[in-house]
Amino acid sequence: MATELRRTDVVIIGLGATGGVAALPLAQAGLDIVGLEAGTWLAPADMSPDELRNNFRGWPGAVQKANREIPTHRPDASAPYSPRLAIHPMMNAVGGTTLHYWAQSWRLSPWDFKVVSETRRRYGASKLPKGTTVEDWPFGLEELEPYYDRVEVEIGVSGQAGNVKGAIDQRGNIFEGPRSRPYPMPPLRGTGFTEMMAGAARSLGWHPFPGPAAVTSGRYQGRSGCVYHGFCNRGGCHVSAKGSTAVTTIPKAQRTKRLTVVTEAHVTSIDVDAQGRVSGVTYRKGTEEFFQPASAVLLAGYTYENVRVLLLSASKGFPKGLSNNHGQVGRHYFSHNQIATVNALFPRNLNTWYGLPAQGMAVDDWADDNFDHGALDFIGGGNLWVYSDRRPIAAANMSTFGRAPRWGAQWKAFIRENADRGNTAYLQRTTLPYEDNYLDLDPVVKDPVGFPVCRITADYKQNERRLADFIQDKMIQWYRAAGAIATEKTPVGTMGPSTHAYGGTRMGDSPETNVVNRWGFSHEVPNLGILGASVMGTSGARNPTLTAQALAWRTAEHLASNWKSIAT
Amino acid sequence: MSDDRSTRPDALSRRALLGRVGAAGAFVALTDVLPPAAGTADAQTARTPAREPLETLTPAEAATLESMTARLIPSDTTSPGATEARAAHYIDRALGGALAGFRGAYGAGLASVDAYARASKGALFAQLSAADQDAVLGDLERNAATGFEGGSAGFFALVLSHTMQGTFSDPFYGGNRNFAGWDLIGYPGVRLAATAEQQNLDAKPAPTRMSAYDYSMFSRRKPSRAGAGVKHDTHGD
Repeated sequence: MATELRRTDVVIIGLGATGGVAALPLAQAGLDIVGLEAGTWLAPADMSPDELRNNFRGWPGAVQKANREIPTHRPDASAPYSPRLAIHPMMNAVGGTTLHYWAQSWRLSPWDFKVVSETRRRYGASKLPKGTTVEDWPFGLEELEPYYDRVEVEIGVSGQAGNVKGAIDQRGNIFEGPRSRPYPMPPLRGTGFTEMMAGAARSLGWHPFPGPAAVTSGRYQGRSGCVYHGFCNRGGCHVSAKGSTAVTTIPKAQRTKRLTVVTEAHVTSIDVDAQGRVSGVTYRKGTEEFFQPASAVLLAGYTYENVRVLLLSASKGFPKGLSNNHGQVGRHYFSHNQIATVNALFPRNLNTWYGLPAQGMAVDDWADDNFDHGALDFIGGGNLWVYSDRRPIAAANMSTFGRAPRWGAQWKAFIRENADRGNTAYLQRTTLPYEDNYLDLDPVVKDPVGFPVCRITADYKQNERRLADFIQDKMIQWYRAAGAIATEKTPVGTMGPSTHAYGGTRMGDSPETNVVNRWGFSHEVPNLGILGASVMGTSGARNPTLTAQALAWRTAEHLASNWKSIAT
Repeated sequence: MSDDRSTRPDALSRRALLGRVGAAGAFVALTDVLPPAAGTADAQTARTPAREPLETLTPAEAATLESMTARLIPSDTTSPGATEARAAHYIDRALGGALAGFRGAYGAGLASVDAYARASKGALFAQLSAADQDAVLGDLERNAATGFEGGSAGFFALVLSHTMQGTFSDPFYGGNRNFAGWDLIGYPGVRLAATAEQQNLDAKPAPTRMSAYDYSMFSRRKPSRAGAGVKHDTHGD
C-alpha cells in the first residue's frame, strides 16, 4: 500500500529543463511545491573532462531511470523495429539533461508560430506537405516574448541581439523576431575558426552571427564565466557556467523554502478523483510506494515520459489514459530533422580542440521562411551552425573522405596530418508532424518495474528529406567558401529516439486535435499542466529547450495567477 | 518531508568551485582546478612499457589481440602506435567492467581470427608476417573471413573501435600510455580552462600531459578503472 503523504499545493514531476524552471514562479508566488525527480543531485566534481566516460559510456551511469526505459522505434506501423539504443538520449538528475546539454538557447522565429497561415498566404494551401497535421500555434511570438526574456535572465543566456524592438543590428541575427531588450550577457567569444567561418559567410553575402547560449560569457549572478575547456558536450560544467536549472532556477526556488526536492522518485501514475480532477501522484522511492496528494500537478518529464505517464495513468474516467479521451496523447509527434550533416576537410589546422558546441557561428539566411520557396518543393529551412568542439577519440574517428582506409599505416599517416583539419556542421531544420507519426506504449517491451516503455512509430517524410538536401548544399557552399578541400554529406537517418523530441501532448485551442490548451493545461483535466517540448507543435530550425522553458514559466505563472479557478 | 539539499555533495565547497574570472573573462584563477606541479604525475617515460598482468583475457587471446591492435594502429620509426599506447591492455581491463558485455564476443572472435589465420595463412595470427596479418585483417573488414558467428566485419569493427578508445582515451583507463595517442594526433591535452589565445587558428597550446583525474578537483571522483555501465556513443544534443 502506498504511504499517503501530507498534501501540497503543486507537484512537479521531473526537475529538468522545464520543471526546474516552473518551480521558480510558483515558489515566488508562495505556493508549496514538491518536486519529484527520478535522478539525484550531481556536483561540479562529478563533471570530469573525460571523453570516454561522457561521450562513449553515457555518463552518468549511476542513477539513470531513463536508461531502463529506452523507447523502441519502428519507421512505420508495418516496418521491423530499429535496433534499440543502448543509451537513452536524455538523463535523470536534478537539472535533468540541462546538466550536459549543448545549451544553445534559441527563441523560435515568428514564422514558426504560423506555419500554416503563412504558407497558405505566401504560396497557397497546396504547398503544405501531404499528410501533415501541423497547425498554427494558438498565439504568436509576441505572446511568448516576455517569457523568453524572463528565462534568459534567470538561467543566464549570452548572445548578440539582432532585433531589439524592431531596430536591426547586423552583429546579431537580422532575421529574429523583435526582442524587448538585448541578451543579459554578451555572446561567448569567437575563435580563430569561427571568425574564419564568419568571414567566409560574409563573402557569400550571408549574415553570420554568434549564437545564443545558456552559458555565462562572464561572471553572472554569482556564477563563473565559461572557461571553454572542451568537455561541455555531454559533460557537465565543473565551474557552473552552464545554465542548468540545477545551478539557476532550482536553487533560487529552494531559497524561498517553498520547494521540496525528492530525488530518486519514480512516478508510476497521476491519480484522479471521482470528478475527473487530478488528486495527486503515486511514486516509488526504493522499495517504498508513496502517494503525494496535490491541488495541481505539472507533468514535466521528457516527451517520451510525459506521453508514457499519461497513457499508464488510465482510470474509469480516462480508460485510454489520462487526458486521452480525444485520442490525442502521442499524436503529432516528431523529432528534429538534424541527423543529416556535412563533414569538411581543410588544408590547415583549425585548432578546435577547446571550446564548446555553443561557441559557434550561425547563418539563418536559409532558415524558416527567410528565403523564397516559390520554386522549391518543400517548406521550412535550416539553421547552419559551426562551432569549436573536438576531442581526441572523436577526432581519431573522423571521416577520411575516401583518401585513406580506416586503419593501418596509411590511415595513421592521414590522421597525423588531418586530426585537427576536419569539421562537422550542426544543421537543424524545420520538421513537421504527420498523421502516421506517433507515440504509444510498446506491446512487448517493459521496464524493470513491469510497465511498457514508449514506442515511437515515425520517419522523416519527403519535405524533411528535400529540405535536408537543400540545407546540406548550403553548408557545403559555406565550407568551400572558407577553403575546405573536401566535403561529404551524411544520411538523413530515421526518426528514432532523439534529444529533440516534440509533440505527443500538443498545445492548441481545439481539444479535438490537442491535449493542452493555450496555457498548457489539459483540455480534459483542469488542474493538470504539461511542460516540455511535448506541447510544441512546430520545431523551427533550432534547439527546443529555451522555448520549452519559456512555455513552462508561462504555464506556471498562469497557475499561480489563476490558482482559485484551476486548483480549487 | 525533508529537503534533501543538505545531501548535495558540493554544498560545502561551493566557494572553492566558483572561483573568479578576470576582467577579460578569459582566465580562471581556481586553486581547485589548477594542475599539480609538474612531475607529480606517474613517471611514464619508457618507450616500450612492460606488458601488464592480464585481467580478463587468456594469454593466447591476449597474444592475438596484441597483434591485431599492432596492425590497426602500427608503430613506425616516427611515432608509436597502439602497442606503445597499450590499447590491448585497455581492452583487457575494460572487458572486466564497462565492456564486459563483449567478453563473449572477444573469446569467440579471437579464436575465429586464429582459426582463419591458420586456415588461410598456415599459422596463428600472432605468428604471421605483418603483410599476412594485414591481409587477414582486410578479409575480416570485408566480411570475407569465414568462421565468424554473425560475420567477421562485426568483430573487426568492434576491435577497431576499442583499439581507438584504448589509444585515444584518457590514460586513466589503461591505454594511451605516455599520451602516445594524444601526441600522435596533436591533441594538446586536458585543460580545465582554455584562453582566447589558445583558441586562435595558429595557436599550438603546449601538451598538458595530464589525465582528468590528475586534477585534484576530480581525483576523488574517479570511476572504476575498468569503467562501468553502457556501451555506445550517442550523437547530437
